[in-house]
Amino acid sequence: MTVSGATMSEPILEIRGLAKNYGPVVALRSADVMVRAGEQHGIMGANGAGKSTLVKILTGVVRPDAGTISVRGQVRAIRSPTEARRAGLATVYQESSLIPDLTLEQNFRLTRTPLPAVRRWLDELGLHGVDARIAARDLPLATLRVLDLARALAADPQILILDEMTAALPADLTETVFRMLGQWRESGRSLVFISHRLADISAICDGVTVLRDGATAGVVEPVRGREDQIVALMLGTVSRPVGAAVSSTEGPHEGSQAAVLEARGLRAGAALRDVSLEVRRGEVLGVAALEGQGQQELFDCLAGVRHPDGGEILVEGRVRSFRDPQDAIRQGVVLIPADRAQALLRLRSVQENVALPMVNRPSRWGLINVAREGRQVLQAIRRLEIDTRAQSEVRRMSGGNQQKVTIARWLASGFKTLLCFDPTRGIDIGTKRQIYGLVRELAASGAAVLIFTSELSEIQLVCDRVIVVFDGSVVGEMSAGVADEATLLRTAHGLAAERGSAFTGAVS
Amino acid sequence: MSESLGGGATWRGLATLVAPNGRRRFLQDRPLVALAALLLLLTAVVDILSPGAVTPEWVSATLMFAAPLGIIAAGQTLVILTGGIDLSVGVVATTAGYVMATLSPNGAAEAILVGLGLGVLIGLMNGFGVAVFQVQPLIMTLGMGLVVTGVLNVYAQQTVAAGAVPVVPDVIRQLGAGRLVGIVPNSLVLWTLLGVVIIVGLKRSGYGRLLYATGNNRIACRLAGVRVWQVLLVTYAVAGLLSALGGILLSGTTNVADRGLAEPYLLPSVAAVVIGGTSVFGGAGGYSGTMLGALILTIVAGLLVVVHAPAAIGQIVYGGIILVVAAAYSRVVNEQT
Amino acid sequence: MTSSGATVAGPPPVSLTRHLIARNGWTISVYVLLGLLFFFTFAVNPRFSAYDLRSLALGALPAALAAVAEAAVVFAAGIDLSVGALISVSNVLAASLMVNADFSHSLGLAAFVLAALTVAGLINGLIIIVSRVPDIVVTLAMSFVWSGVALMILSQPGGGAPPEFLALATGTFMTPWVPNALILLVVMVAIVWLPIRSRPIGLSIFATGSDPQAAMRSGVNVVRARLSAYALCGFFSGAAGLALTMNTGAGDPLSGGFFTLTAIATIVLGGVSLTGGRGGMLGPLAAAYILALISSDLIFLGVSPSYGQVIQGTIMVLVVMAGGLAALRRSAK
Repeated sequence: MTVSGATMSEPILEIRGLAKNYGPVVALRSADVMVRAGEQHGIMGANGAGKSTLVKILTGVVRPDAGTISVRGQVRAIRSPTEARRAGLATVYQESSLIPDLTLEQNFRLTRTPLPAVRRWLDELGLHGVDARIAARDLPLATLRVLDLARALAADPQILILDEMTAALPADLTETVFRMLGQWRESGRSLVFISHRLADISAICDGVTVLRDGATAGVVEPVRGREDQIVALMLGTVSRPVGAAVSSTEGPHEGSQAAVLEARGLRAGAALRDVSLEVRRGEVLGVAALEGQGQQELFDCLAGVRHPDGGEILVEGRVRSFRDPQDAIRQGVVLIPADRAQALLRLRSVQENVALPMVNRPSRWGLINVAREGRQVLQAIRRLEIDTRAQSEVRRMSGGNQQKVTIARWLASGFKTLLCFDPTRGIDIGTKRQIYGLVRELAASGAAVLIFTSELSEIQLVCDRVIVVFDGSVVGEMSAGVADEATLLRTAHGLAAERGSAFTGAVS
Repeated sequence: MSESLGGGATWRGLATLVAPNGRRRFLQDRPLVALAALLLLLTAVVDILSPGAVTPEWVSATLMFAAPLGIIAAGQTLVILTGGIDLSVGVVATTAGYVMATLSPNGAAEAILVGLGLGVLIGLMNGFGVAVFQVQPLIMTLGMGLVVTGVLNVYAQQTVAAGAVPVVPDVIRQLGAGRLVGIVPNSLVLWTLLGVVIIVGLKRSGYGRLLYATGNNRIACRLAGVRVWQVLLVTYAVAGLLSALGGILLSGTTNVADRGLAEPYLLPSVAAVVIGGTSVFGGAGGYSGTMLGALILTIVAGLLVVVHAPAAIGQIVYGGIILVVAAAYSRVVNEQT
Repeated sequence: MTSSGATVAGPPPVSLTRHLIARNGWTISVYVLLGLLFFFTFAVNPRFSAYDLRSLALGALPAALAAVAEAAVVFAAGIDLSVGALISVSNVLAASLMVNADFSHSLGLAAFVLAALTVAGLINGLIIIVSRVPDIVVTLAMSFVWSGVALMILSQPGGGAPPEFLALATGTFMTPWVPNALILLVVMVAIVWLPIRSRPIGLSIFATGSDPQAAMRSGVNVVRARLSAYALCGFFSGAAGLALTMNTGAGDPLSGGFFTLTAIATIVLGGVSLTGGRGGMLGPLAAAYILALISSDLIFLGVSPSYGQVIQGTIMVLVVMAGGLAALRRSAK
């Protein structure tokens, strides 16, 4: 990404030596960021590196303990979101800032944003004719994100901050947004783009500041295909691509056993139309799909979280109907959800969290055999290398450790089929590798695993076979060997895959 | 948020003065110690304001009167742990005591069973609404409370018309007002036994774990295979049973069984739970704190009597104490957030 | 999701009427129910006169204002268990101040009472925010405190107010069929609530109740929104207490007692969500009248008040269970 030197000149935003402590916990040690006028600048970092704290300080939600923020050369103290706006910063946060129970019109009146300005930006973004009298909660998430963006732009900021904004957007919409931002910056305005997604960062950023352990580890010009540079800065070691490390521990292998879990013509809600699949013992079956193609409904049906509207689920050859997750668990089918907040008891200890399924039936409501429970829990904790130092409440653990606790729960209670829905979302690379390695081990010791991951490049690291879901049905099935990112991406968009791969193609 | 309010730092500064680091951590981890200290402090205040009032009889009487509140508050504790609340505890207690008293001439044992059974029944209905229809506990128990009050009034009118007079049976009077070895109230023995069962149950039983789990995160429970409605149904039924037990005991302690018996026990039952350190949002806390809370509230009520405080001052002091203790909790114990 | 190349789809087109009905369905049903209830009343009591209507409006007035007070706080996802006690304070304050006043003085005193109660509500709110204790607990404790304050002002029922002041609620306007009490209710709500509701301050109350984090991200001052809600609660509790004074002509320190719980029941019946962010004032106003009308119908029919209580409670339980069922079915789709 290059822009003529004329438009990128003086720094418009300078952050120097920003630091923030929460008691004994150091969230930021010394962060430095420099953004020039007309520049699109990315900020990346692993979980716990300080990204979210940096954003909170920039947006006035939290006050720093040290350091300065200068906008156009002037040092500003940003003490509230209003002051951030006055300093010329507008932010689109990770979660929508639209009030669910208010109509769009009320939402804009609340923030004194003139509706015509918002409409203008909506038109630029390709979103026409949204009725402002509809409540925000009745709109799809992607629409809300676009509205957030339109509202931020309507404030006519000098600096636009996007915090993980593209995570909820479908690929085509992301493209539209990027194109529009490219035009927007020609007027000399700057973009600060915070994201986990290397692909997006490489696509639009002129420079990237990488944070590690609360400080700036380096500033890089991202180049497509040379992302390991950035990863290296994030991890602090000489980079080995995530890929090589994992696949060297335990290569994928073909399992030719009988199917433990089978879906036939499964249909649910609006998004899931007709999916059939087989998960076999000793095998990891991957599901590759873009956002919202029905994979959430698929997993929910298989785990007993919701009823399918049509089709059948078979466990070990027998048709089963799950009224609730307990039925599925009794058949050995367990779910690890994407959202850790859904799976964890925040205020309780690791022990109670891991042992939860052990008391899930009235027959288990009696006195607990503490010694036996302790042993089982400890075993699981050790196997996953969960860091339990000084943590009596799960809410104080890092994201990666928390995810491990949700997995430990099923390790300790036992299962036959493991359903993982995006288990590594938002997790740092080190823990990701661990989790993938564990999944392979579990398969090798006889479990059946169905895993959905939104990171198509990581499918090959952990799966034996892959099915691709598009528009609610299976459009491709292949062995992991040929499931490289390009092939998956094409298939996932409903396009025929390149010749040479085994697939049941479908044309949109 | 404390940053923007600025008060946090000052409070922390003050707390350091009052209890330098080591002791503060001690207090944080063991709120019961602070409660017990408050209890002793209040007892001292009683003795100061009315010298010579604190005698073994006084202690015995206080414990005796605290027991019914403590038992009613036990049901409230369980319900609040699941993230709910039970606004019908006073009504259930009154109903159980009154119905038992009207039936007792025909056999005390059956009357007691009917009273307890009514508690369970009402609790089950509460639980049904909350667990199956997912009605908010506040409003479900509120509505049931109104219904039961009405039914009780109708029942009372009919029994009075029929000439039946409520009589508290001897066995209940013994239980409520009698003493072992001259000084230990029977009601305290019952309360202590119950307390042990509940405290052990909360810590060491699967059901106890599920109470905390349900109050923490219902979705997580469901995904782990828990049928949350079962937990809730049982909890409200148990709360009904405990409220009924408290009401029956109260009728024995006061030797009164009329329609105003336990109505005033609703707010104090919630207050005892709050003072005891259980979070109103559920998922954390326990019964031992509630027991101390019930004792504290009973002493305060007695204190106001001893000082001949006019009703107005009494109300204000009562409310003030609840507020101060709750505020102290939310600062000291939750400081780490 | 469409295939690549297409622009993002907006929300599925939905007719505005259906949308409005979905959003206001509960309120509409409540008013339909009120209408049906009036039919029933006239059917059962053909001699239902203007006098009866006036009594109805007078009886419903304090309860309706109490419901408005509670609703203001619930919109912000709070709750106020001290509304009843605040009403007692307002009642005894007004009655003790107005006892020897003439009409014009009494109006000024009424304004003073409203101001004082608004401050009381603010005090509730401030304690909640500064102490960080949950509002259930604070308002529970404050209900004792405010009851004590009421007892301090008047330890026994007493006081009074000039007859012209009482007539503000007990009289009728232009025709015997338009009770002052109804007009008073509508006017108070319209003058105070409506302007607030459409401005950012009112919207911020709903925003705080709907999603406080999103509200903060939108730049809403959540603290100010909550304080405003509690101040409004104080104001309308004051109004309810004044209504009581107009009703009874005297002050009673225990008068407010049961208003808290019935206020909560009324707003739930009126479609306000206890979790905050949803609902309006129209529903609770109709619900207050429904409850009052049921009560008076039962008295007319000679049903003992206890049965009436059973019926009221049962209706409430059934209504909320139906509401819960509807919500369940909606989320299962």
